[in-house]
Amino acid sequence: MTSLIKVWELPGGVHPPEHKHQSLQLPLGTVPLPPVLVIPLNQHMGTPAQPVVQVGERVLAGQLIGAADGTFSANTHASTSGTVIAIEERAIPHPSGMNSESVVIEPDGKNEWIELTACGDYRSLDRLALLDKIRAAGVAGLGGAGFPTAVKLAPKSTQVIDTLILNGAECEPYITADDMLMQVRAAELVAGTLLLSHILHHPKNLLIGIEDNKPNAIAAVKAAVAGAAVNDPEAANIQVVVFPTKYPSGGAKQLIQILTGREIPSGHHSADIGVICVNVGTAVAAWRAVRFGEPLVSRVATVVGESLTTQRNIDVLFGTPISYVLAQHGFNATNASRVVMGGPMMGFTLLDLDAPVIKTTNCILAPSKQELPEPLPAQACIRCGMCAEVCPASLLPQQLFWYAQAEDFDRLESHNLFDCIECGACSYVCPSTIPLVQYYRAAKGSIRLHEIEKEKSDRSRQRFEFRQQRIAKEEAEKEAKRVARQKAAEEAKKKLAEKAAAPAPSSNVISAAAAVSSAVQVAPDEQKAKLERLVAAAKNTLEFQQKPLVPNKTNPVISDEQLVKQQVRIKQAELKLAEAEKKLADFSAQTSSTESAATSAPLTVAAAAVAPAVDMNDPVAAAIARAQAKLTMSPEDKARANLESLRARLAKAEEKVAAAKTEGSANLDALQQGAEKLQQKITEALAELTALGIKDEPIAVPEPVAPVAPVAEPVSAEPVSAEQSAAQAAIEKAKAKAAAMASMSDEEKRAEQIQSLQTRLTKARERLAKAEAENDANIEAFRAGVTKLEEKLNELA
Amino acid sequence: MALLNITSPHTHGANRTGRIMRLVVYATIPGIVALTHFFGIGVLINVLLASLSCIAFEALVMKLRARPVMFYLRDCSALVTGVLIGVSLPPYCPWWLVISASFVAIVLAKQLYGGMGFNPFNPAMVAYVLLLISFPVQMTQWATPLPMLADGQTAPSLVAALDKVFFSTPIDAYSSATVLDVMKQNSGLTLDDLYQQQPVFAEGHWAGAGWEWVNIAFLLGGIYLLYKKVFTWHAPISMLIALVVMATLFYDSGSSNSGGSPIYHLLSGATMLGAFFIVTDPVSSAVSTRGRIVYGALIGVLIYVIRAWGTSYPDGVGFAVLLMNFAAPFIDYYTTPRTYGHKKPRRATDASKQDGGH
Repeated sequence: MTSLIKVWELPGGVHPPEHKHQSLQLPLGTVPLPPVLVIPLNQHMGTPAQPVVQVGERVLAGQLIGAADGTFSANTHASTSGTVIAIEERAIPHPSGMNSESVVIEPDGKNEWIELTACGDYRSLDRLALLDKIRAAGVAGLGGAGFPTAVKLAPKSTQVIDTLILNGAECEPYITADDMLMQVRAAELVAGTLLLSHILHHPKNLLIGIEDNKPNAIAAVKAAVAGAAVNDPEAANIQVVVFPTKYPSGGAKQLIQILTGREIPSGHHSADIGVICVNVGTAVAAWRAVRFGEPLVSRVATVVGESLTTQRNIDVLFGTPISYVLAQHGFNATNASRVVMGGPMMGFTLLDLDAPVIKTTNCILAPSKQELPEPLPAQACIRCGMCAEVCPASLLPQQLFWYAQAEDFDRLESHNLFDCIECGACSYVCPSTIPLVQYYRAAKGSIRLHEIEKEKSDRSRQRFEFRQQRIAKEEAEKEAKRVARQKAAEEAKKKLAEKAAAPAPSSNVISAAAAVSSAVQVAPDEQKAKLERLVAAAKNTLEFQQKPLVPNKTNPVISDEQLVKQQVRIKQAELKLAEAEKKLADFSAQTSSTESAATSAPLTVAAAAVAPAVDMNDPVAAAIARAQAKLTMSPEDKARANLESLRARLAKAEEKVAAAKTEGSANLDALQQGAEKLQQKITEALAELTALGIKDEPIAVPEPVAPVAPVAEPVSAEPVSAEQSAAQAAIEKAKAKAAAMASMSDEEKRAEQIQSLQTRLTKARERLAKAEAENDANIEAFRAGVTKLEEKLNELA
Repeated sequence: MALLNITSPHTHGANRTGRIMRLVVYATIPGIVALTHFFGIGVLINVLLASLSCIAFEALVMKLRARPVMFYLRDCSALVTGVLIGVSLPPYCPWWLVISASFVAIVLAKQLYGGMGFNPFNPAMVAYVLLLISFPVQMTQWATPLPMLADGQTAPSLVAALDKVFFSTPIDAYSSATVLDVMKQNSGLTLDDLYQQQPVFAEGHWAGAGWEWVNIAFLLGGIYLLYKKVFTWHAPISMLIALVVMATLFYDSGSSNSGGSPIYHLLSGATMLGAFFIVTDPVSSAVSTRGRIVYGALIGVLIYVIRAWGTSYPDGVGFAVLLMNFAAPFIDYYTTPRTYGHKKPRRATDASKQDGGH
């Protein structure tokens, strides 16, 4: 029973004048019922309660008017019977001076209570049922923070509680509410201690910590413990620990340190080190909630200060306006420097005196101007270190102040700003009267804001990065597909080139070409299949677009605009389909024509494979086709194209030279030089081509400009055979025809085709005759060609 | 009624910066008395001249900075600087030396850095060292202490002293080497011989005529300030201990190589003045308790190093303090205390998020 445990030294701390005697001269009093009670729905830490009564409803004392919203919240009850006249935003006692939703009750003076469920033997009840009772009664920490008690009393299963501390330190000057409560309700405090011990599975240490400046309270509690020990052996286990008065020993962290020597690790709760610390008033409230089923509707509060005529402790109903309480105690507003809720060290100035008494109102301090004068202007910090000496958290307040001024958040973090409990000891001793705590509060606020901002920007950055990644991935996939296509095309071309190059030296070019032509038949087939797929896809799209628009969740009404859009889309799909069909038709036509011309121009097929049948009327499509062709070009093709363009340029250059010559231009020399250079380049390009293993075969290089040939010919690696030239000419013609055909109507096309077929037939016949005359080896091929041409002609005609 | 939103705490202790500074000034009184007793009226002239000029410079700069002059003068920090300059400079030095010292201390070392609380260096020591380097002759001409005066000779009168200070009228045979000079120039004599042969030692008990008493007087002032809790014991005591440790280590049984006995180092030169009035300057020192122990100890070591092995300057308090002023922020980085709820102290450079429970 007596203090057997070691009392640890609190580092730092101050000894401000206590001013406790003036409020202890009178016994615990009450104030009459005020005309209205304003009961805020957030008197506690956590989510505000939700109103469960209506305006105009009659409520009884102890009736639930605000239901806890979630676990981390607390019930709110009517303090007396009366009528709800409003549920609206009212001023509440809060450092920010903010308003909160409140239930305004006009008391009827009868103080009729709801029916309460008493409980004779709490030990027979389940612990959860006990917690439910405490929760239902809306018990929250009465020490100042208003932490929902039921939450505090339900530690995690991993947190083994070995110590229960009842906090009766009350270290703040002026406040004597807990002192008074311990004096008049000592027996209930002891009963409450045993109840909490029961809920917490009977921790080993049951400590009631009281500062040594409250001899009456210590005596009362000790007597109560001795009295209870007669009936309950566990009560003998309760130790009343008296320790030296020092501010801020009443802080939960500090009291735990004083009584157990343990420190709560930064960012953790006391339950993590096996300690639960409960204010003495809270224990009494919890006891009454279980024993009598009585909700928390009033508390003991100190009303003190030299601007009052009466200074004492009162048992006051929640919702009583503070202005009313002050008026009952002879408040002299003209002499008051301010009205503070709480003590002079950590209390906050009330901005609206109509704010009501709430669960955390332990003191209403109304000092006179002489008692607590306005703070002196701050001087420069001389880093004397007195603040560091008194800091109970062993911080370096002078450094924190320095970095708070500089808004150096990193340094504030490294100096553990968030371990500051804002006790105000540093400000109290500061010889330069710097409002240090205010700087820390502001810095904490800006850091929190900063962190929220940072989180926001981090999130959007992540989103952005994710999007970038997604796009990159899509691009990579596209690229991979493209590369695959290119490879396939290159391979096809290589095969083609190999096949084309192999028989080239043979003296019998035409038969070889025919063989190649039959070999490459596969490619056009593929091409055709592709085009057919294209047509099928276009058809699908069209069908899809033609479906009527159906209203859905995201788009409940179909607007005209949407209809118009759909029309446009259908039109587009139709156009696409037409285009695809046309392509297919063109391709078929071309294939058939090339097939027929295969004997003379085998490579046209290859050309067609590379640049699929393009609608010559459509310049865009042509450009796309060209670009695609370029993309899929192999190095050889590129070299060839290069050569071709060089030749074209040379031709132009030579034309210019000629023109310059005739005109006698001054630029003649330069132009000639340019032409020479171009020739040089062509030589180089040819060399490159040879290096690539390809000979500059005019078969593959359609030469658009005549003058180039004579220039190119001398540097050509191989002399061009007569057959090759002929074949080339045939290609040229076929191409020209194809181009011409594209721009012709079907009728014209047909006529043209017939004509061309006739010409070709004639020529083929001539050749056949010649071959027969010369008894050529290819005679059979020529014959076959002639037969085919005849057949075709018949078909068309 | 209009309620001001005054934030907590609403009450305040009685301590004021001006009070602290005044206590420091009071604590110098024993030292000033001892100095005046042994070196004459010149000390008082120095203190008065330096104090007045420091206050004047402070007022001038405040005027230029458009700040409330009286509000800043009331913190008495300029007065403290002035008194410390006054006791540091040799008595009977020319008036312009004192004025220059005040100018350097207040205008250059203090106000140009932002004034009170922002100066990285101890203003009085900046002034002392700057002048020592600039005017070595004037700054090292110390008056002969009273016990060493020839028979019949007395300390100069007020008129003679003023004549000397303002008109450079020389005073006959009135300057001599200090004990630190004697010790520094000693070569070949054991300490015992030195103490017997040199009158400056022979006339004293432990550390030379006059000086030992001056140091004891400053020590008394320091004890008074400790009692008044103006500062904690950490920096001055660790400085003295470090000095004693160094002196013991290199005492060498009092041979001719000896740097002097520990008691000699404690009670000669500016040891006690430095320990209790210079090292304890909070603005320019380290902030934490551990930091102040390190800071003080390093100053003690440096004082011994400069005294024993330095080439030209006999006393090292000024240099040692200024050097450690440089190092103070660095010391602060590594000597932060262990905060409640943390396993170990955290470096001031470690800004990683810890379980701070934001």
